[in-house]
Amino acid sequence: MTTITTILFFGVAYGMILYLISVGLSVTMGLMNFVNLAHGVFAMLGGYATVTFMNRYGVPFLAAVAIGCILVAALGFVLERALYRRLYGRSELDQVLFSFGLILVAVAIVRIAWGPLAQPMRLPDYLKGQVEIFNVTLPAYRLVLVGFGTAVIGGLWCVFDRTLFGARIRAAVDNRAMAQATGINTSRLFAVAFGLGTGLAALGGGLGADILAIAPAYPLQYIVYFLIVVAVGGLGNIKGPFIAALAIGLADTACRYFVPEAGSIFIFAFVFLILIWQPRGIVARR
Amino acid sequence: MSGMAASSVAVEHIPRSGVWLAKVVPWIAVAALPLALPGYEPLATQVFVMILFALSLDLLVGFAGIVTLGHAGLFGIGGYTAGILSVHGFTDPLLTALCAMVTAAITGLIFGIAMLRTKGLTLLMLTMASAFLLYEIANKATGLTGGEDGLQGVSFAPVFGLFAFDFRGKTAFFYTLAILFLAFAFLRALIKSPFGWSLRGIRENDARMAAIGCPIILRRLIVYVIASAFAGLAGALQAQSTQFVALYSLSFELSGNVLIMLILGGSGRLYGSFVGVPMFMLAQDLLAKQDPANWFLGQGTILIGMVMLAPGGILGVCQRGVAVIRARRRA
Repeated sequence: MTTITTILFFGVAYGMILYLISVGLSVTMGLMNFVNLAHGVFAMLGGYATVTFMNRYGVPFLAAVAIGCILVAALGFVLERALYRRLYGRSELDQVLFSFGLILVAVAIVRIAWGPLAQPMRLPDYLKGQVEIFNVTLPAYRLVLVGFGTAVIGGLWCVFDRTLFGARIRAAVDNRAMAQATGINTSRLFAVAFGLGTGLAALGGGLGADILAIAPAYPLQYIVYFLIVVAVGGLGNIKGPFIAALAIGLADTACRYFVPEAGSIFIFAFVFLILIWQPRGIVARR
Repeated sequence: MSGMAASSVAVEHIPRSGVWLAKVVPWIAVAALPLALPGYEPLATQVFVMILFALSLDLLVGFAGIVTLGHAGLFGIGGYTAGILSVHGFTDPLLTALCAMVTAAITGLIFGIAMLRTKGLTLLMLTMASAFLLYEIANKATGLTGGEDGLQGVSFAPVFGLFAFDFRGKTAFFYTLAILFLAFAFLRALIKSPFGWSLRGIRENDARMAAIGCPIILRRLIVYVIASAFAGLAGALQAQSTQFVALYSLSFELSGNVLIMLILGGSGRLYGSFVGVPMFMLAQDLLAKQDPANWFLGQGTILIGMVMLAPGGILGVCQRGVAVIRARRRA
């Protein structure tokens, strides 16, 4: 496998994970104007659920990811109804503080339940090796990741663009009051969208458990990447973040390969330049 | 954000300048602290440093309405400036502190020009990214900063050439207290000036301020640079009093912590830092020693509870309590 294909492949796989985790954040932020720093918590919980079901109960990888996804989506739904909903009209500062508090609570609970160290991800044998396709050997885990990610993203885009539910979300993002006036129950829509978004984050966290290590500091460590994807991609849409996530995945992988001594310096500098050029993201709503 | 206006207009609480005694006595009491509690000077010094840092943040969050999650970046810049200068033999405390203010102000100016045109999530993300960027640079430039091990071998000459930094921390105590007092006096005057009031106007409604001819981006930039300079000063004091600069001083965690300290006391009233920081740091001193998990849990629960039940922090709750009692008396 040549250097270029390695970087391309690893970058795309990383970008897919970033996208799966962040897309829910983009939609909920666009829908509810809520600055939710705690989104990474749901990805982390998805990761913990996946690793625990696999290591402790011997559930197969993809099934464990699916269980984690459902559990976390349910949790997200409940949290939205119980807590988030009360803060929709509040100031940005209140929302930041609330979600930061949620991060701290989640970090503490995870630390108490699973300990301070990163969880080992024991991949099943069929995901450990290499697979050869058209004379190119590719690592199996990342191949499954890219395949599965593509399928989920395809499904998500269909739902968003072709179904009534998707149309309702798009309507509420554009103009909440008008959407409500046409009979859409926006309050319930928010809860469902929030649950869906957190479920997708859990899916990303679980699938990517071998790329973004599952440890208590997860939500603090990676939050900046998720927010970058949303801010660069533009709020309330699902295609902008896809471009942003892939670009960041590729650029970060390439930087780490070619200039490891610079770490993620270039990524942050690059993001600054993009947002100075397009403060509302590359796919901005009018 | 439209919600901003509703909560914070409330009551601006700035005491009239007649009762100067009530304002001077607490400072004298604090200065006499080493007599009452010997051995606590180093902790008290850390509290003063963080109060100064939180004050600089209050200028942004409380008065100008600029929510930042990267304020530690400027604190760290100040700390590393003072530390690196001292390692290279330039050890006068006041002059290095001044240099730290200048570098932090320049850093704030550069980032401010780039960031302050944006709003909401983008601004929040950029403030965060700016601190991550500085953290990563300090982390990788090991030759200059010591990287993850922190900057070793930091030491400073005596203050005014007379008072050496002793290991019991007495000099550092009075030195940081004196600088905190001066900085507070300056910031208080700034807040009371027409410039300070224009900041509140921008916080409440930037469109209207622009309409009456206020150059809002310039004003926001100026306050950002001032706040950066004072954050840098706090960082320099930290380096001078602990003789060490850690990578933590640039971290997202510190940015979050200082915001929590400020909010705990109450933002937008200058005195909030004096309440929130000591409470936070005492609780941290007591709880974090046992188990960091408990500390995170307590901190998070308090934060969520405060947003849900008691916006305005401790001073906000006190103020509302006093208002209720007064209303009852009148009735």
